[in-house]
Amino acid sequence: MELTEEYKYMDVIHRCFRCGYCKFPQDWEDVDNCPSYARYRLESYSNGGRLWLIRAWLRGEIPWSEHLANIVYSCVACKNCEEKCPLSFAGDIVNMVVAARNLMVEQGLVAPPVKQYLEKVQLHGNPWGLGANKRKQWMEDLSVEFYQGQDYLYFVGSEGAYDSRAQKATRALAEILQNAGVSFGVLGSEETDDGNEAELLGEDGLVEVLAEKNISKFNETGVKKIITLSPHAYNALKNIYPRFGGNFEVYHYTQLLAELLKAERFQAPKLDSVKITFHDPCFLGRWNNEYRAPRKVLQALGGTQLIEMGRNRESALCCGGGSANYFMDLLGGSPDSPARIRVRQARETGADILAVACPNCLTMLEDAVKVEGFESELIVKDISEILNEY
Amino acid sequence: MDAIYKKLLDIVGEDYVSNQNEELFTYSKDLGTSDPKWPDYVVAPKTTEEVSRIVKLANEENLAVVPLGGGLSLAGLALPLKGGIELDLKRMDQILELNEQDRYIILEAGASHGKLTAYLEKNTPHLKHSEPGAPPAATIGGNLAIHGQGDLGHPYGFNSDMINGLEVVLPSGEICRFGSCALGNDWYTMHPLPDLNMFMGWSGSTGIITKVSLRLFPCKKIQEQDALVLDDADLVPEVLFKLTHIGMAEDIIVVSQEIPPPFNRLHYILINLAGDTNLELEFKRQLIFDTHLSSYIQEGRAGIGASGQDIQRPVVSKTSDWRKGGGFEYVGAIVPISSYPKCYRHGVEVSGRHHIPYTTLGRVLGTGHSMMFSWTFAFNRADEETVRHAREALHETDKEVLKMGGTLWKPAVFGQKILMDQMDCATLQLMQKVKHMLDPNGIMNPGNWEVS
Repeated sequence: MELTEEYKYMDVIHRCFRCGYCKFPQDWEDVDNCPSYARYRLESYSNGGRLWLIRAWLRGEIPWSEHLANIVYSCVACKNCEEKCPLSFAGDIVNMVVAARNLMVEQGLVAPPVKQYLEKVQLHGNPWGLGANKRKQWMEDLSVEFYQGQDYLYFVGSEGAYDSRAQKATRALAEILQNAGVSFGVLGSEETDDGNEAELLGEDGLVEVLAEKNISKFNETGVKKIITLSPHAYNALKNIYPRFGGNFEVYHYTQLLAELLKAERFQAPKLDSVKITFHDPCFLGRWNNEYRAPRKVLQALGGTQLIEMGRNRESALCCGGGSANYFMDLLGGSPDSPARIRVRQARETGADILAVACPNCLTMLEDAVKVEGFESELIVKDISEILNEY
Repeated sequence: MDAIYKKLLDIVGEDYVSNQNEELFTYSKDLGTSDPKWPDYVVAPKTTEEVSRIVKLANEENLAVVPLGGGLSLAGLALPLKGGIELDLKRMDQILELNEQDRYIILEAGASHGKLTAYLEKNTPHLKHSEPGAPPAATIGGNLAIHGQGDLGHPYGFNSDMINGLEVVLPSGEICRFGSCALGNDWYTMHPLPDLNMFMGWSGSTGIITKVSLRLFPCKKIQEQDALVLDDADLVPEVLFKLTHIGMAEDIIVVSQEIPPPFNRLHYILINLAGDTNLELEFKRQLIFDTHLSSYIQEGRAGIGASGQDIQRPVVSKTSDWRKGGGFEYVGAIVPISSYPKCYRHGVEVSGRHHIPYTTLGRVLGTGHSMMFSWTFAFNRADEETVRHAREALHETDKEVLKMGGTLWKPAVFGQKILMDQMDCATLQLMQKVKHMLDPNGIMNPGNWEVS
């Protein structure tokens, strides 16, 4: 079958005019709110350029190349383009990119970092290629229970389980939940990758395997309600798993904490004159329209001042880590890498803490703070860490 | 490694030069009906010095250099018609100096109009610039290189009349400044030195604009749009004459279009008003509608289409989706306002003949001294037949503009040729001499404004 027949959006993709709205935040401050365009500043890396290239490849106007694959995979699926595009198909822009990736995966035409990521997730259930037994390493000295009918399943996710920096947030959240008296348990080594990034990378078969494995475990253990550390996992469990029969009540942890604070189930700590700015994670914000919960939690902290960055909520610049780029790093290595631009924006606010609510953002932005040399001025903390440490 | 590629890489760094198929393909395409033209290299410089070095290299290697801003002319003016180096200037986007007291701002030419608007709103909300109707990604330099206009066209004319200083990389690679900045002074005026500004309207074929001092104008606190609707095209020039006599509006546009249906065969005169107080705004509104235009309304020859509406940034990109096809191109012309009825009727006729929903728009320039009139032709990029129809409608309209006594604005190569065919011989020869003097090797955006 011809690629043009297989591609799901052939009747739409030519409708992109390449007018460039997709590069801007809401207030038009600059053309660098598309992470891949900000990094490379060539039209081929804008979403308009990418869609035109995909169409050209499908129609045989240009051949596949590793460079083409890198351009297609440099979209981090942050949905800034969808917020700004004025045309009626705006809601399908990321879908059009993912559909092209579906075809590249089917034909084995992906770039090495993508292939490596997918293979490791397929073989080991996580992109690091580590054993399943290490998935519970983060909880070794904590008295966290395995799930056996508690009110909530705490779904940790691959980053929270394996990444040494993200583990601190994982642990902090577990301790907060314990202190607040929340009845919860974890799956430990029985959990597998949530599949959110596999979906965005276009590996549908792998998504199905991962989702079915997790859903089967959830059903087997009687899970009804789930708390996720990661907005990526939140998106997968909430929006992808229903396709495979997995229907659960899914909460990002900030949503639950906002409710617990409201119900006075626990008290947010009082800090000592600390200025905080908050970075909206794409998979909580633009993907799931949740901008209030993390702010409610931060606003409950005593002794703090929440200062918004100029680009916040729908206009937040992505850290560049979406669509597995926290692992593949196709946008790294430059002062124009989105994470570095983002921490410069955070620093401009004069904040002491750059708060995040996502383990991917946590590692991306902390690394960027180090590269920019801001360590003495700006600390990157997950909201769970702020609540637990102060 | 390709030797020229290596030299370009040495100038801008490896991230910002490409000779790979994907970039060459991307930059071979314009958003309008033009056929693709492939560059040999794509380069995105960051500084004027880098531009200068690239141009010097192009002279040595006898390579074309085609400057590109937002790429939104739609007329293929930044396509590399003869290959060479496509110079994407959008990394040169810094805002360098705001002088509130003297009402100007200096910025790099690759900065977008959207960025400038946002900057002014944030840093000096009582000042504004003339923002074109193009998408916000349109660049300052690109707009000047095509003699663009914007939403202060009525009081102040063309955007290219709103410059207080320029920095240009000449086709030789020399960096030249024009206006008071050439004396080492602040960038506050282009006049009264002998006029050497030979870069506006040349579409980058005489040099590359790299820095600009733009005039800023008062931005009043309250802004609104009112609309008068007429069904008689012949009445439009008379109404515009009255409106420009009053001189109270910041922008006057006449729109008539088939889609959406409420605009079909009607003429919406959109009047942008501004005031620092409600009293000032009410005074202007009364003067326009109660004093000067009331007779049209009372006699049933016109009606109020809208009153006190917020001014929304135009979203012209939506036109590209009218045929669910991602494309449109327009002929723009500078015409006397008295030509409005003829222009409108041509739009309806030619669009109908080519099965395209008609879209016409006129923007008043100066105190009614002329009008930018545009005929827009949407097409479906995936349907070659609709592209052909749009292209034919464009060419027919180009010819009709000249027949009507109009002047083509930012014409594509086809329009440039018919303009030059009609041009006074002495003027044409002067153009040729200017071009040859500045660009003896013919490297700057070749194929554009080439006198045969």
